[in-house]
Parts: sequence; C-alpha cells; structure tokens
Amino acid sequence: MSIYKLTLAELQRKFTAGDVTATEIVRAYFLRVAHVEPKIKAYVTQCKDAVTEQAEKLDQALKGWRKTVPMMAMPLAVKDNICTEGVRTTCASRMLETFVPPYDATVVAKLRAQNYLLLGKTNLDEFAMGSSTENSAFGASRNPWNVQTVPGGSSGGSAAAVAADECVAALGSDTGGSIRQPAAFCGVVGLKPTYGRVSRYGLVAFASSLDQIGPITKDVTDAAILLGVIAGHDPRDSTSANVPVPDYLKALKRKDLRKLKVGVPAEYFIDGLDPEVEQAVRGAIETLQELGADIREIKLPTTDAAVATYYVIATAEASSNLARYDGVKYGLRAAESKDLLEMYLKTRAEGFGPEVKRRIMLGTYVLSAGYYDAYYGKAQAVRTLIRREFEAAFQTVDLIVTPVTPTPAFKFGEKAQDPLQMYLSDIFTISANLAGLPAIALPCGFSRAGLPIGLQLIGRPFEEETLLRGAHAYEQATTWRAKKPAIR
Amino acid sequence: MEITKQEVEKVAKLARLAMTEAETAAFSQQLNQIVAYVQKLKTFPTEGVEPTSTVLGQVNVFRPDQAQASLTHDQAVVNAPDAEAHGFRVPKIIQES
Repeated sequence: MSIYKLTLAELQRKFTAGDVTATEIVRAYFLRVAHVEPKIKAYVTQCKDAVTEQAEKLDQALKGWRKTVPMMAMPLAVKDNICTEGVRTTCASRMLETFVPPYDATVVAKLRAQNYLLLGKTNLDEFAMGSSTENSAFGASRNPWNVQTVPGGSSGGSAAAVAADECVAALGSDTGGSIRQPAAFCGVVGLKPTYGRVSRYGLVAFASSLDQIGPITKDVTDAAILLGVIAGHDPRDSTSANVPVPDYLKALKRKDLRKLKVGVPAEYFIDGLDPEVEQAVRGAIETLQELGADIREIKLPTTDAAVATYYVIATAEASSNLARYDGVKYGLRAAESKDLLEMYLKTRAEGFGPEVKRRIMLGTYVLSAGYYDAYYGKAQAVRTLIRREFEAAFQTVDLIVTPVTPTPAFKFGEKAQDPLQMYLSDIFTISANLAGLPAIALPCGFSRAGLPIGLQLIGRPFEEETLLRGAHAYEQATTWRAKKPAIR
Repeated sequence: MEITKQEVEKVAKLARLAMTEAETAAFSQQLNQIVAYVQKLKTFPTEGVEPTSTVLGQVNVFRPDQAQASLTHDQAVVNAPDAEAHGFRVPKIIQES
C-alpha cells in the first residue's frame, strides 16, 4: 500500500517497526503533493527542502538502536494561522505575507519535540474568517471530492490536504466551526476540543474566547492520537485549563454504546436542512441506537440566537485583536504616509481583505459608544442562556448528535456575494464554541452528487473521551471512511 | 435601525481603515443587513442574566514574578517593516503646528 494512503496509526506502526524510513515518508508525500496539489491548492507554503534534510538526519540518528516517540517522522500539515518558528505564517493575508515567527506555537513545539515532519502550512480564509477559503488572499483551495466546490473553511486547506492524502493529519483552528465544517465538506474527521483543552499560545488570535486548535485526521483513532499530543495546560496561555490529559486511545476500546444517552435536538432539524443531509444524519442516529445508545429528544430553543450572538461576539473580539496590525512591529506597512494616523489607515486598508474589514467594522460598531449594551452586552447575556441550555441538556444526556452543516459543500461564488448567507451556513457548529464544548465531525454518508455529509457529536466540557468513544463506535460500524475521492 | 453612510465613515475611522466611496456604500448596505438580522437577539429575554465573557470562569491567573527567557532584541524587531537600533521607526507623531 502506498505510504500516503496510510492512517497516522498505521504509519506510526510501520515507522516504529523500521519498515519505512523518514526519508521514504517525505519522498512519498511530496510525490503525492506534486501530483494533486495543482488541483487542490491546499498549501500556502511547502517545506520540502527543510523537511527532506530533517528526515535524512533523523534516519541517520536512528541507525542501529531504534528508539522512537509517537509523532516522530509523522508528516503533518499546519494551518497557516499557527506560528511555526522559521516558517512563514501568513494567515492567508497580505498583512502577514512575509511574517516569519521567531517562536513556535505551543502545539507546534510539542510536535517538534517529538521530531514530527512539517510538510507545509495550509490555506485558510484570511485570519480564519470565512467558511470556504474564498477569503484567502492567495486564492481558494478546492474540495478533493469535486474541485468545483469549496473545501469549507476556514481550515479548508487542512481538511483538503487530509482528504487528498497530502499529509497524514493536520492541525486546524475552530472559532465557529472552522475545523468541523471543512472536515464535513471534505469527508474527514475534525475535532474541536473543549475551550481550554489545548493551548492557544502562538495561534494568531481571531476571537480569543472562542478560538481552539484541534486535529483534522483520516479517522477517529488518529484524532485521538493527535489530540493526546497537543492537549494540556500551558502557562503561556492563561485560558488553558489545568485538567489532566487522559489516554484518549483507551476511550476507543469499547465498541458498543450501551448505557450512553444521546440527545437529538429538534432545533437542528429545521427548514433549510438539505433532505439528503437529514436522511444521512437520521440514518446515523439509527446506527447509534443499534449500537446500544439510548436516543432521546431534547430541546435547545436558544439555538436560533446562536448565529446572531456569534457574529456580535466574534467580530467584537476580532476588531480588538486585529488592532495590533498597525504597520509598526511586523507585517505590512503602506508606503509614504505623511503622519502616523495616515500610516495606520493606509496600512490596514491595503493589508486586509473585504471580509476581514467587514468583521472589523461590525465589531467596532457593536463596541462603539451607544451600541455596546444593545449589541455586545446583549450577546454576552444570550451566550449565558445558550451555555445554561447545554448544561441542562447534559443533565439528561451524555452526547448530543446533530448535522454539521445544512448542506453538503457548495460551489465557488455561490455565497461569496452574500455575507449573511455565508454566516448562516455555520448555524449548527457555532453553539459549541459559544458554550466552550468539545465537538467532533465525522463522515456519515454521501449526497447523490457524491459529496460527503458530516455527523456532529457534542459532549460535556473535558469529556472528549465520550465524544471519541461515540464517534469511533459509529465509524467502526460503518464503511464511509473506505471511500476515497477520485481527484479530477 | 438604519446605519447611515456618516456612521460607517465614523466607524471606519475608529477602526483605522481608510475607505473608498464604493467601499463605504457597500459596507453600509451589508452592515445594515447584518445588524437587522442581529436584532433577533432582542426576542430573547435576558433580564438579570450574567454576561459570559469566558466559559471557564477564571478570573485572574497569576504566576510568580520571576524573570523568564524571552525573545532577544534582534528577534523582536526582525519582522519590523522599519527598524533601527533595536527600535521601531515610525512617521513623525508630533507635528509642528
């Protein structure tokens, strides 16, 4: 079997056994990348030379007594809003086109400490703002299942790279669905951990109270492995939680779902939900029941407020976070300004794309004098209602099951001219961010047009194990993951 | 509630974004559409409900006041568009009147 077709768990076994060298891994992957990347455009930056050299050194060092660690020689892609020392980190923005971080994000430092292989940095909507990668300053990525459709976003490059076998696994970030929605569109697994489970240090901030880094992988086992590597408390991120990291692979041992109570919220099966998506998700719920899960109807009536709440809170935080791009410390500076104010105005006008500007404008508006209480204060209070509703639901159920997206992947340009329609496509993923809950997306079927459909499971805070257990049992009982895209 | 063109110009200035006439027009239309949608928050009663600013409920996270390794001067200015003597050079701030 070709190296690039293996899962992370399979490749780990082969490398540990000495059946494959780091050099062979790098060579196999860059052949694959050369073959499909012209169609997929998942990467902003590829690290071929550096990683080839690193692999050779690694193989030299391993000669004789072979001692490995789990992520050693594992070829990963990292979303281009996560800082990598010495490797350009652009956020798919003109503003940071030449920015080379002098430090690693904590998640990257953890992988580097185990000698992982960074194949490259993946494309995203500029500053992670978007649902299609159409907002990237460097051009959109394409969905491997149909290159006429979007891969989703904002972590669209990472999801497309995993689906097209251009890396064994990838890191993404999720503020309102940016890991789960592209994972669903590309037919792979995407996990947004509990807020605070994974350090955000070195993740370029979009909305600090919502952002979370997580794995995008070929299957649930790989998600468990990668989460275990990146999770944990970090003194450099004061919002990371001091909660012990369990062995997530242990959670996968039980194959049945007996005694697991799974809630189905009526509010997620609404007008606008594509019938094919509904059918696939209902089918998945039946499978969960066959596996022993106790399926119950639940109510989450504040779901209808989630998109509005999110687009006030996320843009408010973004307008504040993105104030740092002033043309002084790093990034773009507009040429020839007569004074400091003009330099700010011109730099930011030239450096940011339309969606980023739109969100900065909206965020500035909702925080401005006279509107703060009506919008920002109100949204924060509604956020409390949404949290309480989940807390109440989790008194009676262990997991909540929903669709990831209202439709399968849409075509390029379909929503690009209508920001509100694009925002509404995040309706099923946003609540988990507002409530800080862990959630996973995994394949549960295909549309007649051959596009993947995703299933979402949402869990209690810091109960990623339950999430992984449910997802794994479902995955093992079905064959969706065996289907691979024919990239044309 | 209508967001006027003047208001968009004011917000753009607060956000430090230079804007063309065409952008101002487009943004006022789009912001109006989005803000009209956001009005739906008013239908959810929140009297006496505490706002959520962070989900974990942390207040202050302290660490011992000890010097730690950090970026060197060279590293700190390496990405600056215009640096001199370990400083960031900017256009004149105080103008002669």
